Amino acid sequence: MTQTFDILVIGAGPAGVAAATAAAEGGLRVGVVDDNPSTGGQIWRRGAASPAAARRWMEQFESAAITRLMGWQVIDCLRLGPDGGVLRAEGNTPGGEAADLHFRRLILATGARERFLPFPGWTLPNVMGAGGLDAMVRGGLPIEAKRVVVAGTGPLLLAVAAHLKERGAQVMAICEQASPAQMAPLGWALLRQPSKLRQGMGYRWTTRKTPYLTRCWPLAALAESSVGESDGQNSQPRLRSVRLQREGRQWTVECDYLACGFHLIPNTELAALLGCAMRDGFIVTDEQMQTSMPGVWCAGEPTSIGGVECSLLEGQIAGLAAAGKTGAALALSKRRAGMQAFVEALERACRLDPRLRDLAAEETIVCRCEDVRMAALRGRSDGRDAKLHTRCGMGPCQGRICGGATEFLFGWRAGQVRPPLYPALVSSLMEEEAAGSVAGGAEYAVSEGIENV
Amino acid sequence: MTERASTALLSGGVALSVDGVIVQVPPGTTVAAAVCVAGAWTRRSVSGEPRAPLCGMGICLECRVSIDGAPYQRACQTLCAPGMQVSTCGEPALP
Repeated sequence: MTQTFDILVIGAGPAGVAAATAAAEGGLRVGVVDDNPSTGGQIWRRGAASPAAARRWMEQFESAAITRLMGWQVIDCLRLGPDGGVLRAEGNTPGGEAADLHFRRLILATGARERFLPFPGWTLPNVMGAGGLDAMVRGGLPIEAKRVVVAGTGPLLLAVAAHLKERGAQVMAICEQASPAQMAPLGWALLRQPSKLRQGMGYRWTTRKTPYLTRCWPLAALAESSVGESDGQNSQPRLRSVRLQREGRQWTVECDYLACGFHLIPNTELAALLGCAMRDGFIVTDEQMQTSMPGVWCAGEPTSIGGVECSLLEGQIAGLAAAGKTGAALALSKRRAGMQAFVEALERACRLDPRLRDLAAEETIVCRCEDVRMAALRGRSDGRDAKLHTRCGMGPCQGRICGGATEFLFGWRAGQVRPPLYPALVSSLMEEEAAGSVAGGAEYAVSEGIENV
Repeated sequence: MTERASTALLSGGVALSVDGVIVQVPPGTTVAAAVCVAGAWTRRSVSGEPRAPLCGMGICLECRVSIDGAPYQRACQTLCAPGMQVSTCGEPALP
């Protein structure tokens, strides 16, 4: 399949929705690609009790003449020049299907993911991200009457706890690693954003019977073993409880789920593949959200973690700028400066306590794809050295999960990004072939080589 | 489960197979959630640990399963469809 757009937007979260809507107003051919089955991104996910602003944006987006390619992920860039380029995408359907997306201008709105930190037991089933468990519940996981411990750092914890409580979960504790002192500036910044403040207070009201513990984190997720059903040979560990620590005190809480995420890290792999300049892990843009690559704009979390309002504003600026409406883009851009205080306060509030580096024991798995343990990573000089000697970061997630951990644990920066950006069918990578259906046992390529599945 | 299944049926639920077990879920349910409802794990790690979804947004690939014979499908990004055949933990260990 081949599709041609004046403006192609990657990501259908708030930034992508705003960018596409703003760009489409001039009658340009606008396309949006997202690997999720539905629009709205992680925050306006299907089934979410979305605020009025979200509904307004989504209505505008849905009624605009925009081609929406949901369930497609970009795996490679075939060509990029000043006049446009071609991205290759693969459909998220069994058997796969490839598409070449031609564009004149490109807007990256690839969002962010949770940062995970390794601690004993974090690979057990039912230990998930905070946003991870929330997404699973929105995807139909029954949570009523389940006991959940929410842990990690960031405003997401409270939002997730409130949502799970509304769905009938028993939220046992909200464990925030940050200290009240480091969170104070965020409180001040929130005073200037009444809607956010109201939202946060609403979440806390919903969870008012649950202790909100600062400087508190999980030491270990503990399992119980139940013998596998028919053959009796496999012992299936299941989460039973979480060992928590707070200022010298340690105790154990029994639970069915541990939802644990340490704030967000930006999804910058596609931008890096295209050659966009980065600073401190974020994509560098000018005031019109244009990256260092001509014809490529970037909006939302890949440029800074600033929340929905920031993403919407940046999306609009990028959409207008990419559509050639420079004046309108610059006018909006002035408002961006006012959001910087919130971005900085949020970064400070979520700064990780150095003691979290000691959570992983020597035998704790750090790279979940390749089961690389902490002991194997000690003494490695950088991410590449670790990769070559231990396979850390070489599995199907391509270091997206362990990379956030090793950055914090060892100070390693993500290495070079190579296509395919996600494991893809070999047929999707072959230039001429429009891939048809492929039977089971097909070859899958990951960026570090071919793996037979 | 019985109550759940009948609720799913009444609301136009979706029936699919997870490792040969028929599961009834409401429309719009992801395969990842259906696998959890069935009490199964999604995969075994290279050293044999059972694994289940982590990120819920298609990044970690812990939830990869075989769907209708096609391996490596991300269960959290796939919605259940009637008659779907889901197979977990089917990935052979690497040598």
